[in-house]
Amino acid sequence: MASLVSVLIDGIIYSSYLFIIALGLTLIYGVMKILNMAHGSLYALGAYVAATLIGAWFNAGLNPYGSLALLALSALLVGVIAGPIIERGLLRFMYGKDEIVLILVTYSIFLILEDVIKLIWGVESYTAFQPYGLLGNIDIGALPYTVYDALLVVVAVLVGVAVTFVLTRTRQGKLLVAVIHDREISAAMGINVGRVYFITFTIGTMLAALGGALIAPKVSVVPAMGVEVIVLAFAVVVIGGLGSLPGAALGALIVGLVRSAAVHYLPEVELFSIYLVMALVLIVRPKGLFSAAEARKI
Amino acid sequence: MKADRTPLWLGIGLAVFLGGGWLIPAWAQSLAILALGKGLVVLGLLLLMRCGLVSFGQGLYYCLGAYAAVSISKIFNLPPSLLTSDAVVMPLAGGIVAGAVAFVLGFLLANYRSIFFAMLSLAFSMILYGLLIKMSVLGSSDGFNITYGTAAGIRLAPGAHLFALYAVSVAMVFAALLGAHRFLSSHTGRLGPAIRDNELRVEYMGASVRNVVHLNYVAAAVLSGVGGGLVALSIGHIDPDLAYWTTSGEFVFVAILSGTTNVAAPFLGSLIFEWIKSVAYQYTPYTWQLVLGVALLLVIMFLPAGLWSLFGRRGKGA
Repeated sequence: MASLVSVLIDGIIYSSYLFIIALGLTLIYGVMKILNMAHGSLYALGAYVAATLIGAWFNAGLNPYGSLALLALSALLVGVIAGPIIERGLLRFMYGKDEIVLILVTYSIFLILEDVIKLIWGVESYTAFQPYGLLGNIDIGALPYTVYDALLVVVAVLVGVAVTFVLTRTRQGKLLVAVIHDREISAAMGINVGRVYFITFTIGTMLAALGGALIAPKVSVVPAMGVEVIVLAFAVVVIGGLGSLPGAALGALIVGLVRSAAVHYLPEVELFSIYLVMALVLIVRPKGLFSAAEARKI
Repeated sequence: MKADRTPLWLGIGLAVFLGGGWLIPAWAQSLAILALGKGLVVLGLLLLMRCGLVSFGQGLYYCLGAYAAVSISKIFNLPPSLLTSDAVVMPLAGGIVAGAVAFVLGFLLANYRSIFFAMLSLAFSMILYGLLIKMSVLGSSDGFNITYGTAAGIRLAPGAHLFALYAVSVAMVFAALLGAHRFLSSHTGRLGPAIRDNELRVEYMGASVRNVVHLNYVAAAVLSGVGGGLVALSIGHIDPDLAYWTTSGEFVFVAILSGTTNVAAPFLGSLIFEWIKSVAYQYTPYTWQLVLGVALLLVIMFLPAGLWSLFGRRGKGA
């Protein structure tokens, strides 16, 4: 019984950060129809920036609680610097090309970013463990969990709620939904599609970096981290349905729980189980669990 | 109608490559085997891309081809035989196993297009990766070493191994080129680009899109399996990374670099790729991916039909 509870809790914690990353990926796909292979590298970028800032913060002996704000700051920094550079500098020249060609464009961005990260930070691992233990532990049943992990879940929920609120309740969000639905008609109605793309990509980048920054205190930050996470994020969004917000949440929950159940009960199948679920969902519902019916265009 | 000269050119090419193999140094032979083996995988991707499909999971068949022969004998505990030590039998066994798996998965994948095809093939290759990394009988994440002592049953003299493998690779590649050329100029082969252009029309004209896609998918897998087997023998070591998504991504990269207009293009592309990689890796180990990424962007922007379009008529398109 205790192990079932810990499977659930571990799964939910893991889902939370997967959700934050996948949300950015699905948002970018929904609006721009780009399956961003560089998303994992942006996540890694967030983790590196966070680790660097936190390291400097603690070396300077500043108030330890301030380091939590640094996590959000690193996401913001990566978002407003890397996002616009990639979107304005490169992607905007590619709009209108085939979806597969766009994947390849982001694949080359992935290759470039991987080495940019190595050039800036080298190949050693970085750690930023201090914030993780900062808030103490809470006991759930007999098992101690860190408050940081609990906070991670709260942040994921807040991010999800905030994005949903913006999309459904604000003017900007409604414009965005219009573009998701039909780019050409939106442009004809006077929506500045280029601007919507720009904002979407920046926010998507920010979410990837936020995922990376939040995970940085829990792991050691190493060059290959983006390569691993991108296929997991693909699994999440494909399971939920590309471009769907509730889909990303459900997909993250499924992947998180499957992984933690596998880790606890059958460690041999950990990695394999996630992709098995992904393949099964694609087989049963080719467009994911939350895919909207699509009018056929000729 | 002009007589088809391609078989003649291929025959001359085969003789040149076999003869030239004696003259080039050992490192160049190794590099050539790698390029030829990986070129076979890319040739498979070319078949799929002509149908408008991009697979981000071709590593599945590449890896299967590399593992197949030795794994069969390890899992069933067979005594040493041709299956575990022959430079001709092993790649062919790899091709057969890959083709068999593709035949089964093909029933599913033939229904998928665009990014859904890419994602499902990615998922299958990651399943194999996840399986292999935990299978201790096959060495888990470390993989295992493989060697070969015979070629087509003939015991190799000491020192003749590398050239024998080179000769086998060249022969297999030319056989594949001839086959691919025949296939692409056949009725079924020509349906591929038609499917890419407009699937609905192909159906209306009475051809089965599913069957054509399925056939191309299996052919691509067989080529990848043989290629995986050759590369494995040349490196002498295999591990689950052969099925990882970055390996598959590399093949797509070379396919885009080469273009889909000529069956020989994958081998040129693959040779250039291996060469850039070995040179860039030697001099700038931290920036070779960056170099590749920029090269890919340039090709996508300025040579959408691939490097091959530099030769011959312009504007023929991929």
